Amino acid sequence: MPSIAIVPMGAVEDDVLAAIELGIGETFGFEIRRLPPKGVPEFAFDEERRQYSSEMILRWLLKEVRGDTVKLLGVSPVDMFIPMLSFVFGQAQLHGKVATLALARLRQEFYGLEPNPGVFLHRAVTEAIHELGHTLGLTHCPERSCPMSLATNLQQLDRKTSGLCTSCSILVRETVRSLHGSGN
Amino acid sequence: MNQHWNILVVDDEEIMRESMAAWLREDGYTVDAVVSGRKAIEKAVAINYAIYFIDLKMPGGIDGIETMMEIRKLHPEASVIIITAYATVDTAITAMKEGAQEYIVKPCNPEEISLLVSRIIKVKNLQRENVILRKKLSRQYSFHDIISKNPKMHDIFKLIQEISSLKSTVLIQGESGTGKELIARAIHFSGDRAGRTFIPVSCAALAETLLESELFGHEKGSFTGASAQKKGKFEMANGGTIFLDEIGDISSKLQMDLLRVLQERKFYRVGGTQELEVDVRVIAATHRDLLQAVQEGRFRDDLYYRLNVITIHLPSLRDRREDIPLLARHFIERLSHELSRTVADISEGGLKLLMDYDWPGNVRELENALERAIVTCRSSILSEEDFQFLGKPKNGKKEWSVPGNVTLDELEKQVIAATIERTHGNIKEAAAILGIDRSTLYDRIKRYSIPR
Repeated sequence: MPSIAIVPMGAVEDDVLAAIELGIGETFGFEIRRLPPKGVPEFAFDEERRQYSSEMILRWLLKEVRGDTVKLLGVSPVDMFIPMLSFVFGQAQLHGKVATLALARLRQEFYGLEPNPGVFLHRAVTEAIHELGHTLGLTHCPERSCPMSLATNLQQLDRKTSGLCTSCSILVRETVRSLHGSGN
Repeated sequence: MNQHWNILVVDDEEIMRESMAAWLREDGYTVDAVVSGRKAIEKAVAINYAIYFIDLKMPGGIDGIETMMEIRKLHPEASVIIITAYATVDTAITAMKEGAQEYIVKPCNPEEISLLVSRIIKVKNLQRENVILRKKLSRQYSFHDIISKNPKMHDIFKLIQEISSLKSTVLIQGESGTGKELIARAIHFSGDRAGRTFIPVSCAALAETLLESELFGHEKGSFTGASAQKKGKFEMANGGTIFLDEIGDISSKLQMDLLRVLQERKFYRVGGTQELEVDVRVIAATHRDLLQAVQEGRFRDDLYYRLNVITIHLPSLRDRREDIPLLARHFIERLSHELSRTVADISEGGLKLLMDYDWPGNVRELENALERAIVTCRSSILSEEDFQFLGKPKNGKKEWSVPGNVTLDELEKQVIAATIERTHGNIKEAAAILGIDRSTLYDRIKRYSIPR
């Protein structure tokens, strides 16, 4: 049966993974499988930037896709980057198989603020939906409350709800139907 | 609607190039990524990208600045963003001087890039919308390739439609370059004769004997060099229209011959004995004041009255200044295409300069000025600097100075006389310009003995 797989890469709290699984399961209608955890992706660590290369993690994840896994999301507590940008909350292959989610900057403590588990969980779920949405071919949505809208700061992140807007929902439904149909 | 915009990422580093392209694709843009400046130029020849992200330092011949310069030659309107790992003031200045829209140091904040791209695309969307709206507007104001929103011109368009299918002779009067031939063509192509020939003849361009042969044709041996029989323009225009431009310049002998053709539609070829009959509509034009020429005995009054059945007075360009922006943009679009240039528009300052200029050569002079500016312009937008050759504006900008030793009455007399002369004796119009009623104007004319 086609499914979306999640692979923890480093120490990720169980309740965070469970919330992400619930959120993406409801949004995309696939069976969700959690793969055995991997360590922090040290191969992608950049000494100079003290961050992890999201592009290298994506390339590694591609090799981990097995059988009837339609999409694979790597979730890591680390801070990720692409060379052009100072950071990314995550990265995905548009219309591809794999996506990353970097949790470091979703935590209040990263910005010297008091921890807020509720806010952190919400951000983790919306960004997981966002990155997996890209793998299903969705581009950024102009609707600011839609998880598919582009967020480059906390304010934009926290304006998102965990439910896709009507037009993104329709696009997802059509893509998911064709994926189920093709047996991918 | 970002997918309508193409972006090119140019970087020799694979991860940098591919991750940047992927990040932009998530925003819905159509993104290509290439490894070198040379490849970027090849791509730019085939595709018109809205934005180019170019890495400053690339091995293999051409660096980021050189790549940008080549691309800007191909697409002056393209937005180029130069990327560098290490910022130096010198390279930043060079990049901006050579036309980079932005110069950014990597890594940069995602918000910064996102805002930068959306700002550029917003401007490009507005420019595109502007072009579409202008095209719509130009269609609304165009009649057989004549573009105008001037009420007098619109009256002329209406008149053309009313008279286009009549056979009556039309006389078009207007300064040089006002588009007399375009009006003649509009009359021909709006009417029943549209499917037949339209023959234009410039009467001022040929000597009298040549013009006679040109108009009526000649028989073999009728004059030195007439080695074969030749049909004249009147015969060639049979069933259609002949347009006699600069009719005010023809000799008295030709005036007589023309009068006969207009009266009887019959003529002889030069040196011929057989009378030929044609069905031709005659449209004549002149930049001269024919009535004055008649009064001075230089033009036959009977021919004048034959020609003057329907008269169209074309306003000069300075009397329809509101058309200058429409015409300028129409010419930019056409000439830019014809001259294979990428000039797309004119700045507000440039337009103001054109609006302030007097245009003694009218629309033709405007077209020539734009052609010259388009050829020499180095950017995609024409500006004031591109029209330096026009010199300073001449109209209405002169300082008004009161002549010395003049009485108020004398001053009033001069102003009234000048206004009446400018309105060609039209008292109603002169009174309106002077801001007085007609009876007051008549009173002043009488008081100052002003000739009308």
